[in-house]
Amino acid sequence: MSSVTNPELTQSILYLDGVSVSFDGFRALNSLSMVIGHGEMRAIIGPNGAGKTTMMDVITGKTRPDEGDVLFDGKVDLTALDEASIAELGIGRKFQKPTVFESHTVDDNILLAMKGPRSAGSSLFGWRNRVRDDEKDQVLETVGLKDHRRRLAADLSHGQKQWLEIGMLLAQDPKLLLVDEPVAGMTDAETEQTAELLAAIAKTHAVVVVEHDMHFVRALGCKVTCLHEGSVLAEGAIDQVSTNDRVVEVYLGR
Amino acid sequence: MILSKLLTELDWRGRVFLLALAAAAVIVPVLNLAIPEGSALNVPTYAVSLLGKYLCYALLAVALDLVWGYCGILSLGHGAFFALGGYAMGMYLMRQIGTRGVYANPILPDFMVFLNWKELPLTWWGFQSFPYAMLMALVVPGLLAFVFGWFAFRSRVTGVYLSIITQAMTYALLLAFFRNDMGFGGNNGLTDFKDILGFNIQAQATRVALYVATVIALALGYLVARAMVTSSYGKVLIAIRDAESRARFLGYRVERYKLVAFTASACMAGVAGALYVPQVGIINPSEFAAANSIEAVIWVAVGGRGTLVGAALGAVLVNWAKTWLTGAFPEIWLYGLGALFIVVTLYLPKGIVGALSEWSARRQDRLASSAAAEAGVGPQPAGAE
Ligand SMILES: Nc1ncnc2c1ncn2[C@@H]1O[C@H](COP(=O)(O)OP(=O)(O)OP(=O)(O)O)[C@@H](O)[C@H]1O
Ligand SMILES: [Mg+2]
Repeated sequence: MSSVTNPELTQSILYLDGVSVSFDGFRALNSLSMVIGHGEMRAIIGPNGAGKTTMMDVITGKTRPDEGDVLFDGKVDLTALDEASIAELGIGRKFQKPTVFESHTVDDNILLAMKGPRSAGSSLFGWRNRVRDDEKDQVLETVGLKDHRRRLAADLSHGQKQWLEIGMLLAQDPKLLLVDEPVAGMTDAETEQTAELLAAIAKTHAVVVVEHDMHFVRALGCKVTCLHEGSVLAEGAIDQVSTNDRVVEVYLGR
Repeated sequence: MILSKLLTELDWRGRVFLLALAAAAVIVPVLNLAIPEGSALNVPTYAVSLLGKYLCYALLAVALDLVWGYCGILSLGHGAFFALGGYAMGMYLMRQIGTRGVYANPILPDFMVFLNWKELPLTWWGFQSFPYAMLMALVVPGLLAFVFGWFAFRSRVTGVYLSIITQAMTYALLLAFFRNDMGFGGNNGLTDFKDILGFNIQAQATRVALYVATVIALALGYLVARAMVTSSYGKVLIAIRDAESRARFLGYRVERYKLVAFTASACMAGVAGALYVPQVGIINPSEFAAANSIEAVIWVAVGGRGTLVGAALGAVLVNWAKTWLTGAFPEIWLYGLGALFIVVTLYLPKGIVGALSEWSARRQDRLASSAAAEAGVGPQPAGAE
């Protein structure tokens, strides 16, 4: 493990160092290193199979890395924790395929995500009913689903489901949001709204966004990391990365 | 107080269900006890017990619906919890026989004397006490479910794999209970019961009392299950059914939620089994048969998964049909059951109660939209599509 005095480490919300993951001999992550600062917004790009989702799996405890350090807030070793504990620490995640609770209403989806006790015991005695309505309204307002609150999540459009899932992340109020392909399948107008939404969220949270849509990434206006074959190919401002020869060759130039 | 809160929060389905149960608890005993035999209105005592048996199955179905309908755990081993509850009651009833057995041993049941056993095995201690036996009818199935669920849910066994291991569990118990040296009567099981709480188990009044107790147990079981699924806990349970990993990444310990539901459900199934045994007069290892657990799943599917009321209704309807068909056309009963299952999955995927609710929801929608049209208000435009 790296030394505690390393400033990169102590000032980071997320610190990955030399992380490798293999699936049956195939290296999905190959000594990946990356640092996300407190309150930073970061866009991750890269070709299909580059390991973007796998990286999120490692951070959120779904996949255990074969080697490497994954540290949250400069001190907590995420590789030793399970999904629920990591969520409790303050890491929220939106899946690549929008995943919401389809047979619950929009309202209840947010309610279930709200910060608060999570144990089975306390839930039997109704803690969720004590969630403050104004906080819930705030979230619904932010993601623009206030008029749809009584509808079943199953009846929402694809884009609305994406927003609902982002709203659930907000309700969870994590310190770090991992957002996997939030605008896949969205219209241009929806994409634009989503970029605004994420930019607003990034004012108060650290956000890592994975996306293929380069217009969207540009609209985010943040530092960009390009992954390729499980490690970092290029990192920097969008203009720098998008003109990088290797990035053009393996990703943008296709 | 909790009860009155529950009752006021019931939906129409729940109210109709409880009203029907209340009616069944009053009318059937009256028709049996007050109307003279031979009258067209008389309900014979055997029919009271038959109905009691259906209601035990209904309680089992409600228990199964709690885990399958609301948490997506397709247990194909709930018959095991039912049978264990039944054995606990059977053991109490055996010890009540005392010196009236063939071998007239005051302590040992006949089959133990026959096996040349000299002492009562540890597992049978305490079963002369009714409260202890009833406690065991709850605790033993609950404990088995807890231990089983602890390992299965922690290892994240889900879907068809979980179903298969629940089948394996009930099958393993079937084999174990067949063995004479297990001390539960082997192949023959436990039977020839004489009395329960000092009352002759064959007596008409006892039969009616057992029936009424079953109606009450079903109503309570329904209310407990309903309280669970409508609480915050139930919301999480449904969330887990819909998107388990989403729930996990929101910070819910999915395995604990499942464990609570599975254990509670097993306890409920145990109570159903305990009420079943005195009404049918026997418990033997065949109650652990895999087919029993599968039949229970069919009742729930027919009545409507995830509705509780539907599960109970399905159990009564299918078993009533089974009694009728096995009498009228014994050869085709199994085909009938298979055909029923296919018809339901194809044409009534939400079961009888699910289809009824959908139909009434659609009707209300139509009424609402025609009322809105009359008032000159068009439907609200949908949001960004
Ligand atoms: N559980 C798994 N078992 C086996 N292989 C896996 C598993 N998860 C990911 N992989 C493989 O690891 C590689 C990286 O996958 P990953 O999903 O991280 O890519 P990605 O960068 O998110 O791609 P995309 O842009 O298509 O979403 C792929 O080749 C994928 O097939
Ligand atoms: Mg991906």
